[in-house]
Amino acid sequence: MEFVSPEGLRLDGRRPMEMRQIRAEIGVVAKADGSAMFEMGNTKVIAAVYGPKEVQNRSQQLNANALVRCEYTMANFSTRRSDEKTKGRSTEISLVIRQTMEECILTNLMPRSQIDIFVQVLQADGGTRSACINAATLALADAGIPMRDLVTSCSAGYLNSTPLLDLNYIEDTCNRRLQGSCRLHREILLENTKQLEYRRGT
Amino acid sequence: MLQNRSYVKRTRGGKITKVVREHYLRHDIYCGTPVCKVCDTSQARLSASASTILILDTNVVLNQIDLIENSAIDDVVVLSIVLEEVKNRNLSVYNRLRALCSNSLRNFFVFSNEHHKDTYVTDMSGESKNDRNDRAIRVAAQWYQTHLAGSVRILLITNDRENKRKAIEEGISAETVESYVRSLSRPDLLDLLVHPASEDVIMEGVEDLRPSKRKIIYPEHKPLSEITTGIRCGIYHQGKLRVNRYNPFEAYVGSQSLSDEIIIYGRANMNRAFDGDIVAVQLLPRDEWNEEKSLAIADEEDEEEEGVHLVPGSADDAPSTTAQSQDSAGETCPVSSRPSGRVVGVIKRNWHSYCGSLEPMAKPAGSGGVAHALFVSKDRRIPKIRIQTRQLENLLDKRITVAVDSWDRLSRYPSGHYVRTIGQIGDKDTETEVVLIENDINTRPFSAQVLGCLPPLPWFVSSEDLENPVREDLRQLRVFSVDPPGCKDIDDALHCTALPNGNFEVGVHIADVTNFVHSGTPLDDEASKRGTSVYLVDRRIDMLPKPLTEDICSLRADVERLAFSVIWEMTSEAEIICTRYTKSVIKSSAALSYVEAQARMDDSRLTDPVTSDLRNMNTLAKIMRSRRIERGALTLASAEVKFQIDTETHDPLDIGMYQIREANQMVEEFMLAANVSVAEKILKHYPLCSLLRRHPTPTREMLEPLLRTAAAVGLNLDVSSSKALADSLDHAVGDDPYFNKLIRILATRCMTQAVYFCSGDLSPPEYLHYGLAAPLYTHFTSPIRRYADVIVHRLLAASLGIQKLPTVFQDGPQLNSIAENLNYRHRNAQMASRASVELHTLIFFKSRPTDTEARVVRLRSNGFFVFVPKFGIEGPVYLTPRGEKGSGEWFVDEQQQRIRKMDGSISYSVLQTVRIHLEIVEPQPNRPKLELKLL
Repeated sequence: MEFVSPEGLRLDGRRPMEMRQIRAEIGVVAKADGSAMFEMGNTKVIAAVYGPKEVQNRSQQLNANALVRCEYTMANFSTRRSDEKTKGRSTEISLVIRQTMEECILTNLMPRSQIDIFVQVLQADGGTRSACINAATLALADAGIPMRDLVTSCSAGYLNSTPLLDLNYIEDTCNRRLQGSCRLHREILLENTKQLEYRRGT
Repeated sequence: MLQNRSYVKRTRGGKITKVVREHYLRHDIYCGTPVCKVCDTSQARLSASASTILILDTNVVLNQIDLIENSAIDDVVVLSIVLEEVKNRNLSVYNRLRALCSNSLRNFFVFSNEHHKDTYVTDMSGESKNDRNDRAIRVAAQWYQTHLAGSVRILLITNDRENKRKAIEEGISAETVESYVRSLSRPDLLDLLVHPASEDVIMEGVEDLRPSKRKIIYPEHKPLSEITTGIRCGIYHQGKLRVNRYNPFEAYVGSQSLSDEIIIYGRANMNRAFDGDIVAVQLLPRDEWNEEKSLAIADEEDEEEEGVHLVPGSADDAPSTTAQSQDSAGETCPVSSRPSGRVVGVIKRNWHSYCGSLEPMAKPAGSGGVAHALFVSKDRRIPKIRIQTRQLENLLDKRITVAVDSWDRLSRYPSGHYVRTIGQIGDKDTETEVVLIENDINTRPFSAQVLGCLPPLPWFVSSEDLENPVREDLRQLRVFSVDPPGCKDIDDALHCTALPNGNFEVGVHIADVTNFVHSGTPLDDEASKRGTSVYLVDRRIDMLPKPLTEDICSLRADVERLAFSVIWEMTSEAEIICTRYTKSVIKSSAALSYVEAQARMDDSRLTDPVTSDLRNMNTLAKIMRSRRIERGALTLASAEVKFQIDTETHDPLDIGMYQIREANQMVEEFMLAANVSVAEKILKHYPLCSLLRRHPTPTREMLEPLLRTAAAVGLNLDVSSSKALADSLDHAVGDDPYFNKLIRILATRCMTQAVYFCSGDLSPPEYLHYGLAAPLYTHFTSPIRRYADVIVHRLLAASLGIQKLPTVFQDGPQLNSIAENLNYRHRNAQMASRASVELHTLIFFKSRPTDTEARVVRLRSNGFFVFVPKFGIEGPVYLTPRGEKGSGEWFVDEQQQRIRKMDGSISYSVLQTVRIHLEIVEPQPNRPKLELKLL
């Protein structure tokens, strides 16, 4: 399949180095301490932050730092087909987001406290992980939690020997169908803060 | 600007789903004209001087691609919506259009109208997809018109009447293809036009003088839905139609739903299907299984002429003898056991363009008028094709290519259109090109992308290669190569060292092509498509680009080269003690030709190291060979001929049988051994995805003609096993030296060709290579000229743990299709070299009518076929004048294989020697052929 036409346009009309349209809104969940909605094209996620607050489970309490927890879920209606594998994937993405945010938050300023981050995918069209990181950042900022920097994320891939920015669902899944004959490298790119760098290749 | 497009689509499982996709509209899509003041002109493709810019409708592109490829059509805007539609409808047309768009000599510009903010059209309710696309085309044309503000004329070309009407209503100038081409006043272009079915009616009117033309000749094709249900419930059988190369009125369909092949006799039963079409076939009732044949031959005019050919190499190319044997068996069993059928529908057409010439006809009185002509393809399997032309006088003596457009029930022949002229009939270059086109051989230069994969020149073995732990340094070995004279693509070299313990170390070093050709690169894709290099008498068409073929990979003398080596330790009795495989660096000390090597071995005064190595190897090879023959390997013979070519004119000067020397056999023996060793190794590691080569055991029916011929001359051949056959062939010694070779040639012809296959597809007993009597065989030794060897190199490297196995090998169907393609290419390459030899034979005899000796090989009712050993050609000798078929004067005795005159005065038997006269005659103008006459 041709993902970039000889005219240099991708299937949806973007050029290889263009992102999808971004839209963001904060304060979408009134009850939460901070919340944000983030859209990258047709991918739509919502994030809510509770905390810093008292640690619920005393055994997990850290004396020097704040405890950061993260839960990533996909709404049942976010995709057409229900994936069996979502459970494991969700746990993995939860972990990725938690690690990223933990490094970013100045946890030493809030010892013996807990910060809960909930992210949910409302509509999935590729790049949900990146969208969730962006949404979580906004929600944390909205909650007024001290951070080193604003973490932003965007997926990138290498398809048919062209580097592509911000893959959508079709571009993202093609490597499963082509079974490695065109290899897709994905990296989550984080800005500025070097310690936060989290790399991954699939 | 963002647009969400949502549509419903049916998934593969049959479910209906709604799909929502983003669709971005852009500001930065430019019009592509260099004169535009608003747009960015850096990407402009259209010419600055263009007075008219053409916008093509989808149906025009789909039907008139031959016209569009003509350089007269230029300054074309191709809309992305058109491209997309063409892609969905016909991929080959799409690829041709894409090639035009990227060709820098042509001014074709792709305008992405679907992503331009002004030309995107939203779906309207109640509008069909077609209408919406037509509207999009009109909107784009309108946009161009206002954008360029009248400085250039925008012309929409469409054959859709409704679209044209609406366009004119909207103020866009629109024309049909015909009227546009007429306005160019180029009569030759009109020939390229495909005439839509509606024009057929007029043509029928012209030919209506003959009332027979009006009748319906062919039965109707069943609608697709009926065919699918028919196939599902077993009434119809689906398969690829293959027309008999020697009798175009007989075809076979191999179907998966039926174990036997279905025979289809006659054009009426073939029902307009072409060779290679996927068809649906209905079986005829059992009592009709054999009787159609005589009817079919009555149908033809004089097409059943058998020209002079080279001796066929195997049963696959040999004329089918079934018809003959059925004749004789006719009385005993009236119904053939092979099912026959008729075509009820064509599922997928295999139409492409065909090479040939026009049937000779009187030149028209005035020039420029439309003439109808019949095109005769060089490929006899293709029926005559009716074309219209306005340049008849130019085309009559030319080789041309013609594409097929349609074949309706009312016409005996399909109708097509002229595509291009190749050149003068009989001209060597023209005919060579025809040979290449006929055999689907890609002679185009390698693309820039492919050449981009080559290492920079000049290339040397780098220190990196030397330090590579997997690469052994064998430069100190005395390696040399033995090849045909003038060989530039040397892919194998040998060495032989005597070990202190009395054994020998023998190595076969093969060019390490996979070090340069990596899986998945454009270079690899191209090589895999080409499959093999093609050797013509005066030309070579490479599988890999020239720098690789002749320099970087070629194991030339005195330069360091990378190799893949198979090294054995052998006893002096040529028993293999151990085998070692390694990548290596070698430095060949001599590149010998077969003649040189032979001369060195024969010259007892020479005692230099290379010569003694040669002698040692020859001794070993002889032992290996005798052991192989002991096992039952067949020594088959083929009538290979060699030309001496004039260096100036490239015309053949002399012609003779190719002489096989001991040196040839020596090299061959080691190559066989290397192939067998490698086959064992890769199969051990990859039992499911190894690429091997097998040669099926011939069935008794296939050997029948050989047995009958042998019996006629009092020879008893035992064909129970390859060993028995080899032995009885050895004992077949007649009174003259050529007798044995002739029998071997006849035997070779009964065999099928060896084929590549994927080891996972067959069970181990089927891996057998009958001719070599080897349970396992593959090709490893010529990676420069065969792609199969490249694959085997990769498998071997992976089994040694040097490289990872490319992912293709995990994909069974794909591997299978690669093997299929290799078989196809290999076969075509062989056909092409044979055709090239035939062509040169024809040129050779043009100025040299010759008398020579020939042997009778096959009998017919009105003559016999002879084989001319000296030139390796076979052809018919007619006893009765042509046209008087089987006048009864001659009588064929099947039992004794002889043809007798009725009065008993003269008789000829099989294998008898006759003297014949060879001469080129031209029974029809521009169709020279070689005629054999009895002296």
